[in-house]
Amino acid sequence: MSGPAAMGYRGGDGDAVGELQGRSLWNDAVARFRRHRAAMASLWVLGVITVLAVLVPEFWPNSLDEVNWDYIQSPPTTENLLWFGTDVNGRDMFSRTFYGARISLTIGVLTTLVALIVGVLYGAIAGYRGGPAGDIMMRVVDVLYSLPTLFFIIILVTIFGNNFLLIFICIGAVEWLTLARIVRGQTLSIKEKEYVESARAAGLSTPTILLKYIIPNAIGPVIVYVTLLIPINIIVESYLSFLGLGVQEPFTSWGRLISQGANEIGTAPWLLVIPAAFLVVTLFCFNFIGDGLRDSLDPKEHTR
Amino acid sequence: MQDNGAGGRADKKVLNYALRRLLVAIPTLFVIITASFFLMRVAPGGPFDLVPDLDPLLIENLRKAYDLDKPLFEQYANYLGRLAQGDLGPSLVYRDRNVAELIAEGLPVSAQLGLTAIAVGLFFGMLSGIVAALRKNTAADFTVMAIAMTGVAIPTFVTAPLLTLFFGLYLGWLPISGWNGGQFTHIVLPVCALALPSIAGIARITRGSMLESLSAQHVRTARAKGLPESKIIIRHVLRPACMPVVSYLGPAIAGAMTGSVVIETIFGLPGIGRAFVEGALNRDYSLILGIVIVYASLIILLNLLADIIYGYLDPRVRPR
Repeated sequence: MSGPAAMGYRGGDGDAVGELQGRSLWNDAVARFRRHRAAMASLWVLGVITVLAVLVPEFWPNSLDEVNWDYIQSPPTTENLLWFGTDVNGRDMFSRTFYGARISLTIGVLTTLVALIVGVLYGAIAGYRGGPAGDIMMRVVDVLYSLPTLFFIIILVTIFGNNFLLIFICIGAVEWLTLARIVRGQTLSIKEKEYVESARAAGLSTPTILLKYIIPNAIGPVIVYVTLLIPINIIVESYLSFLGLGVQEPFTSWGRLISQGANEIGTAPWLLVIPAAFLVVTLFCFNFIGDGLRDSLDPKEHTR
Repeated sequence: MQDNGAGGRADKKVLNYALRRLLVAIPTLFVIITASFFLMRVAPGGPFDLVPDLDPLLIENLRKAYDLDKPLFEQYANYLGRLAQGDLGPSLVYRDRNVAELIAEGLPVSAQLGLTAIAVGLFFGMLSGIVAALRKNTAADFTVMAIAMTGVAIPTFVTAPLLTLFFGLYLGWLPISGWNGGQFTHIVLPVCALALPSIAGIARITRGSMLESLSAQHVRTARAKGLPESKIIIRHVLRPACMPVVSYLGPAIAGAMTGSVVIETIFGLPGIGRAFVEGALNRDYSLILGIVIVYASLIILLNLLADIIYGYLDPRVRPR
C-alpha cells in the first residue's frame, strides 16, 4: 500500500535483490494484486465513495441539516437535486449519506490506526523480549481477549459520553489484540534470522532493531488484517450509532442513518435502503481488497 | 461412546481440563466485574444528571440512598458482598425495582431468542455447508457461498430492518415487532436475523472442513474397502469435519449475544439486550453492570462448554 519503497527489501533468505535492477517482492505483490479483478474493482468503488465523501459535504448545494420545507420525507427525485430523497425533517439524504460516509470511513480508518500502532508495538515488544516478560504480556492479551469487547465499548461510551475523539480511541483500544498476536508470532520467527543477529552484533539499540528490522518484515499479514479490521470498526461504529450511543445530531454516520431509516421503514423505505446499500458495498469492497492482498502478499496460501 | 478403560481415563482427563479452565474463568470474571465497577464509578456525571434542575439537596439524598457517597473501595466491597448472595443492587432509574428482578424478567426472552438462533444457525449452517461441499463447484455450491459471504459481511442491524421491510411490510407475512410470549410468528423474523451470521459462518467453515476431510487418507481407504458412500460420509467425513464448527461455537455465541442487543432493540423484545441499551442511555450503572456480568459469565461458561465438547470429540487436543 503506501510507501512500498521504504519496505523494498524484505530480508527473506538473503537473495541478492538490490543490485540487479530486478523485481522486488513488493513489485511482484503489486503485480499479483493488479490481476485480482474483484480487488481492483473494489479499490475503484471505494475511491469513488471516498472522493464523494470528501467533496459532497463541502460543495453540494443542499447542506446536511438544511430543511427543505416543500420536500418533507420526499422519495428520491430529480427536482432540486434531491436524488436520494429527504428524511422526516426534509433534510437532503444525498448530502447526509455522504456526510455519513465521511464519518463512518474516518472512524473506521482512525480506529484501525490506533489499533495498528498499539497492536504492532505491543506484539513486537512481547515477541522480541520473549521470556517471562513476553509471556506475561501475552497472558494479558489472552485475558482481554475473553472479555466481551462490544459491551466494554458500550460501557466506555456510556461513561465518557458521545465524544467523536473518544469513540474512536475506545474502539481502537479494544481492537488491537489480534494484531498483537499476529505481530508477536511473526516476530518470534524473524528475530532468529541472521540479519537481526548481525544488527544486534553491530550494537544497534533494541528500538532501532524493532523499528527497522522486525516490524517492516512482519508487515505483510498485518496489512491483510488491517483491511479486514477497517470494515469491522466501521460496523462497530455503526452498531453504536444505531443504538444511539455513537455520533449525535446534527452529525450523522451510516449507522445512525440506518437506525433512523429503520424507524420510518413503513413510510419511507429509501431512508433505510440507501445508506444500508452504501454500507454494504463498502464492507464488501474492504473484504475483497483484503482477499486480494492476502493472495498477492502470501502466494503460498493462494493454492489452497 | 467411550466406556472402556482407556475411555474412562480420557473422561477423567477431560474433567481435569474442564476444572482447570474453570479456574482460569473465575479470575477472568473477577477482572471483568472489577474493571466494569470502577469504570462506572469514575464516570463523570451520574444518572441523576439527566433530570434538569434537580435540587442539590435532593441529589445529595439520592446519592446517600444509593450508597454513592461512600468511599469507592467500601462501595466495591459492599457490591462484591451482595453479589456473592446474588443481589445485584437496586436499579438507579427504575424506582422500587432491583437489577436482579429486571434481569430475571428479560433473561428468558433473550435465552430463548439466542438459543433458538444458535440452533437454527447450526442446523442450516451445517446442512448448507455439507451440501455445498458434496456438490462442489455446482450452482448449489455457488449459491450457498454467495449467501454465506453476504451473511458474514453484512451486520445484523442492516439485515434485520431489511427482513422486516420485505417479509413484514411488503409481503405482510409476519408481525414486525413485539414478543407476545414468544409466539412462533413473532419469533421467526428476529431469530432469522440473528441466526444469519452464524448460518453464514458455519456454512463456510463446514464446507471447508468437509472438503479437507473428503480428501483425507482414511476416507480413501474407506472408499477402497468398498463402503457405501453414505456410510463413508456419516462415519468418516462428518465427524472430523465437525471439529472446526465446534471451535467456532464460542465466537458464534458471543456474536449472537452482541447481535441480540440490536435485534431486541429493533423488534422491541423485552430481553436483557434492550434493557442494556436503555440502561446505557439512562446511565443506569447498576443495571449495566449487572447485565455485563450476566453476559460475561454466559460467554465464559458457554465457551467452556464448547471447549469441553471439543475435548470429547477430538482426542488430539486433550490437554497434557
